[in-house]
Amino acid sequence: MQTELIPAKVFCASHAIEQSFIQTLFESGLIDITFIEEAPFLPAAQLEQLERIVRMYFEMDINVEGIETITHLLHSMHSMQQEMNVLKNRLRLYEPGF
Amino acid sequence: MDFVDYYKILGVDKQASVEDIKKAYRKLARKLHPDLNPNDKEAHKKFQEVNEANEVLSDPEKRKKYDQYGKDWQHADQFEQAKQSRQQQPFSGSGSFGGNYGEEDFSDFFSSMFGGSGNRSQAKFKGQDYNAELQLSLRDAYTTHPKTLTVNGKNVRITIPAGVENGQVIKLKGYGAPGRNGGPAGELFITFVIASDTKFKRMGNDLYSTEEIDLYTALLGGEKIIDTLSGKIKMEVKPEVQNGTKIRLKGKGYPVYKKEGEFGDLYVTWQVKLPTNLTEKQKEIFRELSAS
Repeated sequence: MQTELIPAKVFCASHAIEQSFIQTLFESGLIDITFIEEAPFLPAAQLEQLERIVRMYFEMDINVEGIETITHLLHSMHSMQQEMNVLKNRLRLYEPGF
Repeated sequence: MDFVDYYKILGVDKQASVEDIKKAYRKLARKLHPDLNPNDKEAHKKFQEVNEANEVLSDPEKRKKYDQYGKDWQHADQFEQAKQSRQQQPFSGSGSFGGNYGEEDFSDFFSSMFGGSGNRSQAKFKGQDYNAELQLSLRDAYTTHPKTLTVNGKNVRITIPAGVENGQVIKLKGYGAPGRNGGPAGELFITFVIASDTKFKRMGNDLYSTEEIDLYTALLGGEKIIDTLSGKIKMEVKPEVQNGTKIRLKGKGYPVYKKEGEFGDLYVTWQVKLPTNLTEKQKEIFRELSAS
């Protein structure tokens, strides 16, 4: 399966952000970058996550360390919500109105 | 239309500087932003108010207009004049914060004064995501079938794959609000709500049901026609079967999501129904049996 890649400079230009910001996120492990002939490219599948990070950083003034923590917590929250859903469905076997 | 106190929403006084407003907005955004509160409608609603307040108060021109006319909202004539002049010379925007909000996320009050969601930043942003709920019965979700939904006045035709779970969310790319400044449209998230079925209970891909058999079939064995989601089937009941015995019917359960032809199992529990209104003769026979 081929991954669709977006040039980092195109993303940065459309969001009016510095390319160095993308590099910082890459170094912190928050995003993946693919280098083609030394030019950075972003997987299209992670654009949603990247835009969320851009909003946290520029709108909410959260630093990269804070974003790392939030991302981790949101991931845990998502897993817990999924688990809760499975348990709720199981509980419905015994309490139909639940 | 109620007057909206933007200063109160941001928790700042009327003399607050642009920096104070920015600080107050960011503090509230860190608490209420939908990115940090996924699926929290209450936080989403509050953030819309905060975002709108910031939109006005962080822009000197809009703030001036709000300070001048906002509190005297009932003086409609003045507002109408202001509105007309705005239409001739629309706001160009402050270029401050970006956001993920479309026109529908701003209050009527805002729209009347400022005519829409404003145009703050030239950065492209994806449109707001929409959330919708789709109610299905257990039997509906048993087969793959098409369904047309109306979301924000737009008809969306989707195919519901067999085996979706209660609470499962699917994402439809590009069916959310339009993007800002040429950004892509948001997503539409559909949550399936599957109602409980009176006959079958579902656990993952397996189904559970209870079937009644009479005392004589339970004792002597026989046949019983039972319901499955794919139709009725005839089952053999072994002699002397105990009340509560569970039988597994392989592949007669629920379809496995996105795995065509794969099914879970159906577990049938025999519930022995004791006879009532016995005749004298029957009672005599039972007495004899009991004594033997």
